[in-house]
Amino acid sequence: MIGAAAGLLGLLTGRVAGISAIVGGLLTSRRGDSAWRVAFIAGLIGSTLIYARIRPLPNITLDAGNGAMVIAGLLVGIGTAYGGGCTSGHGVCGIARLSMRSMAATVAFMAAGFATVYLLRHVRGG
Amino acid sequence: MNLIASLLCGLLFGAGLLVSGMADPAKVLGFLDLAGRWDPSLMLVMAAAVLTALPAFALARRRSQAILELPASRRIDARLIVGSLIFGVGWGIAGFCPGPAIVSLGMGQWQPVLFVAAMLIGRAAYEVVEHLRQAS
Repeated sequence: MIGAAAGLLGLLTGRVAGISAIVGGLLTSRRGDSAWRVAFIAGLIGSTLIYARIRPLPNITLDAGNGAMVIAGLLVGIGTAYGGGCTSGHGVCGIARLSMRSMAATVAFMAAGFATVYLLRHVRGG
Repeated sequence: MNLIASLLCGLLFGAGLLVSGMADPAKVLGFLDLAGRWDPSLMLVMAAAVLTALPAFALARRRSQAILELPASRRIDARLIVGSLIFGVGWGIAGFCPGPAIVSLGMGQWQPVLFVAAMLIGRAAYEVVEHLRQAS
């Protein structure tokens, strides 16, 4: 479903379904270029409402505290801006386009993710 | 037309994250926790998504080189790698990447709101810094 959505967005609108870029572009985009972004984001958020009508929403469990949440958000915001993409843009769309850049980026953020969880759970948390 | 297509793709994308369980940070952290009880499902979901999107992108490319707006840069440089590393650290702390975080906004909890707000601030900081750099 994720792949189908990314593929369809590419086919129908010519846009790449990179969430960080779609959201980040809202801050800078010219007039006329933001409506489709808002529509896509509305769809993302709206999916929970439709899903909730069919079956109960999955529980989401948040390990991180509020401070960690803010720090993580900042890092993700800055990192995806410099790196030019996130899990969807590089990880799904980029690899599906066979982009070497995206494969390199995906390896980098996965490695950093593995290392971070290792440090937090097994070194610090014991 | 574009708006409806975008909305529907957003709905489908979000539903995909919910059905696959990837909207749950605990599930994502389970994947990132190689040394713990490793849960490979994220990789399977990603592989399935890539395989599904692959023919669509191949078709889009052949049909209309001009229509598909692709990222211009093809270089693998320090910005790409360092940026991705920073993103990975944030991902590892929260278990959220941008997609699931936005989907979670619809679940009525306020921690995703914190995360998304911080994410936008990070993005805005980047824009300001880049703007200053280009001006100087």
